[in-house]
Amino acid sequence: MAEKFDVIVVGAGPAGTACAYTLAKAGVNVLLIERGEYPGSKNVMGGVLYRKTMEDIIPGFYKEAPLERPIVEQRFMMMDKESALTFSYKGLEWAQEPYNNFTVLRAKFDQWFADKAVQEGALLLNETVALECIVEGGKVVGVRTDRPDGDVYADVVVLADGVNSLLAKSLGFHKELRPDEVALAVMEVLKLDRKIIEDRFNLEGDNGCTIEIFGDATKGILGTAWLYTNKDSLSIGVGAMLSGLIKHKIKPYQLLDYVKNHPMIRPYIQGGEQQEYLAHLIPEGGYNSMPKIVGNGVLVVGDAAQLVNAIHREGSNLAMASGVMAAEAILAARQAGDFSEKTLDSYRVNLLQSFVGQDLKKYKDATHHFEKYPQYFEKYIPMMNRMASQMFTVDGTSKWEKQKKIWREIGTAGEKWRIARDLMNAWRVIK
Amino acid sequence: MMAELPKGQSIEEKQYLVRFKADTKSHLHVLDADICATRCPDKLCTIFCPAEVYKWEEVRMHVGYEGCHECGSCRIGCPHENIRWEYPKGGHGIIFRLA
Repeated sequence: MAEKFDVIVVGAGPAGTACAYTLAKAGVNVLLIERGEYPGSKNVMGGVLYRKTMEDIIPGFYKEAPLERPIVEQRFMMMDKESALTFSYKGLEWAQEPYNNFTVLRAKFDQWFADKAVQEGALLLNETVALECIVEGGKVVGVRTDRPDGDVYADVVVLADGVNSLLAKSLGFHKELRPDEVALAVMEVLKLDRKIIEDRFNLEGDNGCTIEIFGDATKGILGTAWLYTNKDSLSIGVGAMLSGLIKHKIKPYQLLDYVKNHPMIRPYIQGGEQQEYLAHLIPEGGYNSMPKIVGNGVLVVGDAAQLVNAIHREGSNLAMASGVMAAEAILAARQAGDFSEKTLDSYRVNLLQSFVGQDLKKYKDATHHFEKYPQYFEKYIPMMNRMASQMFTVDGTSKWEKQKKIWREIGTAGEKWRIARDLMNAWRVIK
Repeated sequence: MMAELPKGQSIEEKQYLVRFKADTKSHLHVLDADICATRCPDKLCTIFCPAEVYKWEEVRMHVGYEGCHECGSCRIGCPHENIRWEYPKGGHGIIFRLA
């Protein structure tokens, strides 16, 4: 083969396709390599897709893209064994253009998005693994694929090869990931009649609802479970830090079954017919785990660059934004006729100045903090449930008496100080 | 500490829902079989692997690579860094149809 392209993008997920689309649209000769049978066939997401970043790439995309439901309600459940304290926001401004976010099924969405890049002129090569970067004179000049005579060359290679990013690792851009830097997520898609979904989740028409579930869903491990409405199916999953699963010796799929059978969740999914079971890693290390993302002739984007805001369940939007910024840096480098690290570094600078870098910086200590101090999930969520139960149970006790009892049950003065300190510290890592 | 979770569905029932196009050779390799046998009493990969690809069979680790979701947990979670992890040949391995 030994063909030469202007740019090779490895991985046709949101980051890689956003990059390839932007480049192709600007007239750049770009090869998009995907190891799966089709784009999306290796990808997993909860999956909420945020409108804003996608619309910056393709205005009005929601009129034609394969989306499930626009989300009009976001619920947050603090769950104990037989109770839950729920907070929710529902707003009909999210039920109309320009919308806020949508549930999507990634196998469908990623194919659509990659097709868009192809329509702009990108060449999509499916069923192809990029085995390694070809490095000459300290510069990445192409990739070696697993096809016969599979070397392909380019001025710039963009690594959008996902959370494991074996390519960035082999270039020495990052060390092996640690179990406390990744969450293992397992999920199922459950087929359910759309009328039943709309009744159960209090929805009109195509509108959708998402529920994030904290606490008992992960048995005290840092993580969350989720339950999202698709058109005629539900996505239910649970993600927990790999380090936590190892420490507690929990089988991830048993945790998923525990959530599915939980009395607070079971009624929502009753009668749902299992369609698919999926597992994937989520990069949760945040800002502190970001690898080197620029080198001579090479850029790293999306999950491969660990661009996930775990606190706000955002990832694909950060991925797309990084893909676009990488493309812009490449376009500028083409103008300058120089693909060195120095020139391409404008990608890193812009990324860190954008909402991607700013948000990652804001929460840089959050994962580590909540991982290190398990009491937030193990202790405080059950405590909040007990307080609510105590306060809302009418049993002839006066409200003053109830408040006193709650105050006593929180613990000794020392324990109260400790909680106050924990709350302060939690505020510090997310403020 | 083994967390007490009720026994739910078997992994086989879940894996049955998934489409795989198995490669003819494994993309997962236990580097040193002795380490599993002698230095790893917990055999953690047999617990946290979401597809139960790893099964301890009395004296050796059986690797059912055909059912792998290609998540990477085993490579990262093996306490002895004893697993070589690659992608299956292009177009092979797991094929998600939905999410």
